[in-house]
Amino acid sequence: MFHKVTKAAAALALTTGLVTPAMAELSGTLRIISDMSNPAPRAIMEGMASDFDAMHPDLSVELEVVDREAWKSQIRNALTANPPDVVNWYAANRMGPYVRAGLFEDISDMYTNGDLQGLDSVKGAMTMDGKQYGVPYTYYQWGIYYREDIFNELGLTEPATFDEEIANCQKIVDSGRKCYTIGSKFLWTAGGWFDYMNMRTNGFDFHMKLATGEAEWTSDEVRATFANWRKLIDMGAFIDDHQTYSWQEALPFFVNGEATAYLMGNFVVPHLREAGLGDDQIDFYQFPKIADVPMGEDAPTDTFHIASNAQNKEAARAFLQFVTSPDVQSKINAADGLGQLPVNANASVGDDEFLQQGFNMLSNNATGGIAQFFDRDFPAEMASIGMEGLQEFMVFPDNLEDILNRLESARQRIYK
Amino acid sequence: MATKRAEMSWVRRNRMTLTPLLFLTPGILFFTIYVIIPILQSFNISLYEWDGLGEATFVGIGNYQELMTDRAFEVSLWNNVKWLALYLLAIPAGLLIALFLNQTIVGIRLYKSLFFFPFVLSQVVVGLVFSWFYLPREGLLNAVLGVVGLGPINVLGDPTLATYGIIAAGLWPQTAYCMILYLTGLNAVDPEQIEAGRLDGAKRWRMLWHVILPQLKPATFIAFVVTIIGALRSFDLISIMTNGGPFGSTRVLSFYMFEKALSEYGFRMGYGSAISVVLFLIMLVFIGYFLWSMYQDEKAARR
Repeated sequence: MFHKVTKAAAALALTTGLVTPAMAELSGTLRIISDMSNPAPRAIMEGMASDFDAMHPDLSVELEVVDREAWKSQIRNALTANPPDVVNWYAANRMGPYVRAGLFEDISDMYTNGDLQGLDSVKGAMTMDGKQYGVPYTYYQWGIYYREDIFNELGLTEPATFDEEIANCQKIVDSGRKCYTIGSKFLWTAGGWFDYMNMRTNGFDFHMKLATGEAEWTSDEVRATFANWRKLIDMGAFIDDHQTYSWQEALPFFVNGEATAYLMGNFVVPHLREAGLGDDQIDFYQFPKIADVPMGEDAPTDTFHIASNAQNKEAARAFLQFVTSPDVQSKINAADGLGQLPVNANASVGDDEFLQQGFNMLSNNATGGIAQFFDRDFPAEMASIGMEGLQEFMVFPDNLEDILNRLESARQRIYK
Repeated sequence: MATKRAEMSWVRRNRMTLTPLLFLTPGILFFTIYVIIPILQSFNISLYEWDGLGEATFVGIGNYQELMTDRAFEVSLWNNVKWLALYLLAIPAGLLIALFLNQTIVGIRLYKSLFFFPFVLSQVVVGLVFSWFYLPREGLLNAVLGVVGLGPINVLGDPTLATYGIIAAGLWPQTAYCMILYLTGLNAVDPEQIEAGRLDGAKRWRMLWHVILPQLKPATFIAFVVTIIGALRSFDLISIMTNGGPFGSTRVLSFYMFEKALSEYGFRMGYGSAISVVLFLIMLVFIGYFLWSMYQDEKAARR
């Protein structure tokens, strides 16, 4: 009799455990390696780790924060030798090498069994070959940040079309300023410009075809993109010597009013505020329309993944669920946190004019689709050769023919 | 007598051979593990297509064939040649400064330390200082050029100038290094020979060329070795000052190898290894020459 009771109790415990896995008591150690090494993200990550640790008394959370740039090459060793349970990485093509090598855990079941509710809109970026390999925790919009006060002084309004953009730019150039600041020393900023010029000229779908190697770099579509871009270069829209500056070194041109706009991700805003610009001096608009195609947007997504060789996968899954839950998402992405957009549809967007505008743009006005970014959508080698060509084009637009031939032969070699 | 010799243990009998061998063992062991084996591994990996994670596929000399048609590789190779040729300027420049500083006046130690100072700085600091010096708008170089009425130039942003700009930065500490080598060498110059030369009427260039320089030969040799090796392994200055740009025009072989094999967008281990094999073969020419000439010297000394 007694025997039966224990059995029943055990069965009951087992079923409860299965129905609500989050409530199941986790034990052991959860090892996390995070690349959130900048001061604000670091504080957020440490907060999440200690909150999760406090929620599970039997579980101890070990967090190791590594330098964000260094992590880009360290992740390989970390995942193969003595792998941690949870790691940071990036969405889309950037996770390809690790997915193909079987180093990221397939967590498709978490998406289908309802553990990860509210992530439907961002699921696509985590999908490869129909399976999901991680969860996003934050993303941010790209767009044109501009000097509102100078626009007012020159009587300009936010442009909606490329013609208006060029007309605005002509007035800015005539006033002795440059239209756009950019620092292309580390190349990726030029990738942002190409993403937008190409998505606006040929549409999101063509851009993705180019990224996946189905379209040719020497095609008429790509040439049209560069022709549009060249209009801006020829009118002197970009600051001089940008190939010498990093993106941070290009900031003073914007802050001093020598250039009136910056095509950048939302992470530029805290830098502008720290430099002393008030919210009446900076504003944001969506990259204007060029051809009549649905607008595609860049919105890079940062992610968490479980290592395939993790020791404590149960706790790792619970942590991924915790990170993407609406409350945690609202909290970590708030204006005083990461200051970015939450990935969960049920979370609230931070109370900040740029976050609100970005969220609105991505939810209502990005009907073309959401791209990750040039160096995350294109395979690594194509991205590096490509961005080098883009930088060269911005400095010597006459070399276009040579650049396109070079990129096309790289394409034929890389996508086999 | 013969029995007594046989009684001596084997170790005792062979200790003249064993002792040096024992002392050499740790060195040989570590040299094999950390230098010889990795070199052989590089040769091996260069025959494969491998991303460092998955399976490696054998491609034979495919990577080397690709190198032959790779324009970035060609640019890197030529830049290495420029580095080799121009870096050697550090030797005459170092000699000149050493001759100039080799006198006894008040405060000479201070002047010597000032000239030696750049060598103490880390390459990263040298790179940063020079990139500020070259800045297109605020840089000191353009301020000076402006005074003499020359237009502003963006040294590090101009693909034709950037490599020379970096080499100039590298020459600063390298000249200091060569200067120190020559200063120590000058201390060992025999004053009697100079006196004898003077009695025979040797002055200025003839004195320098026929009396002093031959005595500085060991210093020149070392200066040559460290400068050649320094030129071939130039990496940190390029990484700091231009990151290989603009559009890859300042890459050298070591930097290109790093980009292809180990950087954020790289992880083509086979291709990177092929580049490093080429670099190794170039270095081998110089290393072989140095070893050969050292061997010749020792042979001459033993006679």
